[in-house]
Amino acid sequence: MKNSRKEGSWEAKKGLAQMLKGGVIMDVVTPEHALIAQEAGAVAVMALERVPSDIRIQGGVARMSDPDMIRGIQEQVNIPVMAKCRIGHFVEAQILEAMQIDYIDESEVLTPADEKYHVNKHDFSVPFVCGATNLGEALRRIGEGAAMIRTKGEAGTGNVVEAVRHARAVLGAIRKLRVTPVEELMTIAKEMGAPYDLVKYVHENGCLPVVNFAAGGLATPADAALMMQLGLDGVFVGSGIFKSGNPEKRARAIVEAVSRFDSPEVLAEVSRNLGEAMVGINISTIPDEERLANRGW
Amino acid sequence: MSAVGVLALQGGVAEHISILEQLGCDVKEIRTPDELESISALILPGGESTTLISLLNRWELTSPLRSMGEDGFPIFGTCAGAVLLSKEIDEKEHEVSQNSLGLADVKAVRNYFGRQTCSFLKSIKVTGLAEPFPGVFIRAPLLLPLSDTVEVLSSVEDGPVFLRQDNLWLSSFHPELTTDCRIHRLFLESQGILKGSG
Repeated sequence: MKNSRKEGSWEAKKGLAQMLKGGVIMDVVTPEHALIAQEAGAVAVMALERVPSDIRIQGGVARMSDPDMIRGIQEQVNIPVMAKCRIGHFVEAQILEAMQIDYIDESEVLTPADEKYHVNKHDFSVPFVCGATNLGEALRRIGEGAAMIRTKGEAGTGNVVEAVRHARAVLGAIRKLRVTPVEELMTIAKEMGAPYDLVKYVHENGCLPVVNFAAGGLATPADAALMMQLGLDGVFVGSGIFKSGNPEKRARAIVEAVSRFDSPEVLAEVSRNLGEAMVGINISTIPDEERLANRGW
Repeated sequence: MSAVGVLALQGGVAEHISILEQLGCDVKEIRTPDELESISALILPGGESTTLISLLNRWELTSPLRSMGEDGFPIFGTCAGAVLLSKEIDEKEHEVSQNSLGLADVKAVRNYFGRQTCSFLKSIKVTGLAEPFPGVFIRAPLLLPLSDTVEVLSSVEDGPVFLRQDNLWLSSFHPELTTDCRIHRLFLESQGILKGSG
């Protein structure tokens, strides 16, 4: 009987992301953080050794987290646990799969391991989420097997402007493709560097074939609700929670804001008295070579 | 016919709406107690059960929903939604289940089949359906009946995955992640909301 079960199928990989919609995925660096995140209502946690803002300050090569550290978090919570591998580092991905992580983020926040190629995500039974700054990049990642897409934003800055730019780029291109005549699709696929069948899917359905989240620089309940109103399915919050004055309260407020993102009265109430937000960085002061969103191809 | 409600705080909301619309139902998204007026049935979608329990309490939906369920109002929970309907959750998590809806005589064992790499598709036999149904199980719970009045509508080798106790329906799989409307139709017909197709 057991062999009539099909594990690691596309429906199951994509389906878990569908169950995360309308939710908040939080970066955590310790089991204690993970518990705070779960109690605040996070739909999943991202286990990592350093949040992006610390990676930005401390520099050096950022790699996959220590398996022991990830294990500690897996043992602490019931909700799905995600972890990051470096772009193109398929062995880090194999290790994370062997640890039965629930989702792998092939992430520009870590130092890329390959300057040309991403992981072939079809090879894995564990699903992947990847960042994108525009529609072509999103469709290339889906073509490689990503079962979930997120904006790159500019992680660790507490500045939502890049996430907004990427969300508008992806969603705007989808809207445009919806009304593009069929005979133009092949040329658009060529110009975008995206697989033709996926370009055609977007033209026919008016959306990506997978769930699309916001990430990179979100710091407040209003930031999260902004991304939801723009049309994304849910949010990742990285440094924004545990680098703020009152993580418990802010985490809960962001969860509440995402669940009722279209009610300004609710947003006004949940935004009150959250303590200090993380200190932000203006994107124009970051040199091009230090911008994480430029990583990935 | 009044609308079918779908709890729209978190999770696979759009997928349920799409299936209900294919069946010709009017659909209403539910986020506040006021919105519970004038619906004929309610779907609790899949999502994360801890998140949903916390949001139901935060937006004051827990007690009105409990009263409705106790008064015979039709509620169908899929995956996390089924966990919300269960009187017992896991072994030692009484606190969690106390804050939850806890309406059906069912014990839900969360993530019974393991982590995401153990999520699976399986064709299952369902009481009331002539042909097998494509079951999508994602970090799915096992649903154990705690009383004789709970009817098992489908099982896999590990145990029951689809239960009914009068007005309350619970599935550990996700019928909303398929394009197959038969499970939703079965629920709505049994509650007199959709007319039988003969």
